[in-house]
Amino acid sequence: MADIDIKKRSDEDLVVALAGNPNVGKSTVFNALTGMNQHTGNWAGKTVATAQGSCKGQKRTYHFVDIPGTYSLMAHSAEEEIARNFICFGGSNITVVVCDATCLERNMNLVLQTLEITENVIVCINLIDEAKRKGISIDTDLLSQRLGVPVIAITARKRTSLSALIDALDEFSPSVPYRVRYPEPIERAISIIEPVIPEGKINARWLSLRLLDTDTSLENEIRKFSDKNFLNSPDLILALSRAKVHLDKADLTGDKIDDAIVTSLVNSAHEICKDAVSGGGKYSKTDHSLDKIFTSKLFGYPIMILLLIFIFWLTVTGANYPSQLLSDFLFGIQNKLSDIFISANAPTWLHDALVLGVYRVLAWVVSVMLPPMAIFFPLFTLLEDSGLLPRIAYNLDKPFMLSSACGKQALTMCMGFGCNAVGITGCRIIDSPRERLLAILTNSLVPCNGRFPSLVTVITVFFIGSASGMVASISSAAVLSAIIILGIAATFTATKFLSLTFLKGMPSAFTLEMPPYRRPQILKTLVRSVFDRTLFVLGRAVAVAAPAGLIIWLASNININGLTVLQHIADFLDPLARLMGLDGVILTAFILGLPANEIVIPIMLMAYSSLGTLPEISADIGLILTENGWTKTTALCFILFCLMHWPCSTSLITVKKETGSIKLTVLAALLPTVMGIIACMIVAEIARVTGFC
Amino acid sequence: MDLRLNQLKPGEKATVTGIETESALRRRLMDIGLVENTVVECVGKSPMGDPVAYLIRGAVIAIRSRDCSGISIRKSG
Repeated sequence: MADIDIKKRSDEDLVVALAGNPNVGKSTVFNALTGMNQHTGNWAGKTVATAQGSCKGQKRTYHFVDIPGTYSLMAHSAEEEIARNFICFGGSNITVVVCDATCLERNMNLVLQTLEITENVIVCINLIDEAKRKGISIDTDLLSQRLGVPVIAITARKRTSLSALIDALDEFSPSVPYRVRYPEPIERAISIIEPVIPEGKINARWLSLRLLDTDTSLENEIRKFSDKNFLNSPDLILALSRAKVHLDKADLTGDKIDDAIVTSLVNSAHEICKDAVSGGGKYSKTDHSLDKIFTSKLFGYPIMILLLIFIFWLTVTGANYPSQLLSDFLFGIQNKLSDIFISANAPTWLHDALVLGVYRVLAWVVSVMLPPMAIFFPLFTLLEDSGLLPRIAYNLDKPFMLSSACGKQALTMCMGFGCNAVGITGCRIIDSPRERLLAILTNSLVPCNGRFPSLVTVITVFFIGSASGMVASISSAAVLSAIIILGIAATFTATKFLSLTFLKGMPSAFTLEMPPYRRPQILKTLVRSVFDRTLFVLGRAVAVAAPAGLIIWLASNININGLTVLQHIADFLDPLARLMGLDGVILTAFILGLPANEIVIPIMLMAYSSLGTLPEISADIGLILTENGWTKTTALCFILFCLMHWPCSTSLITVKKETGSIKLTVLAALLPTVMGIIACMIVAEIARVTGFC
Repeated sequence: MDLRLNQLKPGEKATVTGIETESALRRRLMDIGLVENTVVECVGKSPMGDPVAYLIRGAVIAIRSRDCSGISIRKSG
């Protein structure tokens, strides 16, 4: 496949495609095998791009490619198309289909479809421990005998059990696999087409079937990948029309042939699993009782809100102390840096630009951002891994449906709490293009991790006030949660607005799988989320903050007509900002904060400070802000604008990448901005009229 | 009597007798194993009453009631 570049080291190496239904632990298998930390989540369709890594067996090295999780290979969605194209044209030697032992029969559909394309298949049944716990027993020998390919059972979370898969790969030899029997008219039609299809990598029987089903996306791929375009050969065209006569006679036209194929697949899956899989099949009693609580009419929403408050409380309080420590440490280094500059006789401007500009902003961003992220991300990962997140989507589906959107938007919205760019990429789990766009365009209306510190700072200073200890931290978490609920409400409003205007349409079909609750592996989660989420996001913020620090320092130290550049910009923006209950400096800070929201507060402080440098983190921020005219109204407007303004540059770039449209990217920036401006103006006006300060 | 899947109450079981819906939805339903003669059990409703969770071939899947109004069923115990 053109966009997947496989790095094989030698010709001996084999390329192994990892296929599977969504949420079967495919990524866990992949991680355990390759040691590469690709993130796995407990909801349908987390792997959206292919990841790869290698692993040594006894005989050779295997190069694994993790392809998107799908239920079928009939290319009904972008993921199914990627998966199918990779299996057909990706140059893999063996395809491992990872299945979930707890619902093997449903997973068998994909196994059977894969077997139709290639005989080089290994069926890897994962979560065998969970199946055992549920009283399900699986006879892998019988399955292997029926399917004609190796079938192994593993528990991907226990690394040692994976050696069975490596052994199976080492010992693999192709055989004659099981063939799905279709209704007689289809079989006859296949037998007409099959002989005229040239020998090739793609299985002729399967290709015949796909041609009968008029799979245009596959035909396009074949045109792209095969040298000789046999699709246009007169023999084939003739055979196809002859075959279709048979189908027409049996009234198998249009969708009916598709239905007949799927029904045969599902029934074959049932036949294969009969007697080989026994017991279980039941949604466990524990799952049922947990669902009764988490999705109950009475407790569903209150529990979600309490959970939200709890997560933010833990994040806010937990971050305080390490933030202070980190800041003391990093600002301590600053003095050492200064000493070095002085002893090297460096010019003052260079010292000031690099140390007071770049380093200080960097130190600020790291000490403000790192601790809350290091707490929030693991907590969020625990939510994902436990299976609670799909329940949240389930509970929130109705309002999304009323906004003509997809319930999975709740999942991408939750991903947005961590990072909006991640949330926007995650929108690929939504099948309908219109609904995916709705989710992409509204994603930045929930505050991401980069905005929490700013929000928490302002909340603490202006709305918690003199309270201290537990009371203060719980109330600031509650206020933050209220703001987030406001963001969610804004998401619904914007989604509804878009589906009434720019993106008209009816909600499409929606099915959401609710996986069994899983006990999260706390320690592993912690390590994994710190390494692949926290450090990743922090790295990106640092990369942005360093140059931004320099620019901001320059802007606040270069004087034109007695005023700094920063002040000029602020003065220019002041009239508009005042209408919004803000001031010029705040608006300037938001604009300069485009690369990363984390630097909004540092910019404000730098602009307010007469010295043109950032105060230390321990400085009384409240005092600085009130001295510069901040009132409760200013704080409220700041919070609203922080919640609703243009997404950061990374998110915008992601929107451009995902939609491929500049117009939509502009819309993604304008939509929240206009909402923010309107909200701020209303609040400012109310404050003016009522005399509230 | 012709019952529809969205009329199934929590705790009740039924067998699918026919699927009369538009094609995109039918494919989605078939992907999750919902074809003729499949046994489904309604396991619960979301707080706002819609979507509803069904146990289908060992997995719990939430479907909007609008989307399953085209699935005819026969109640079984």
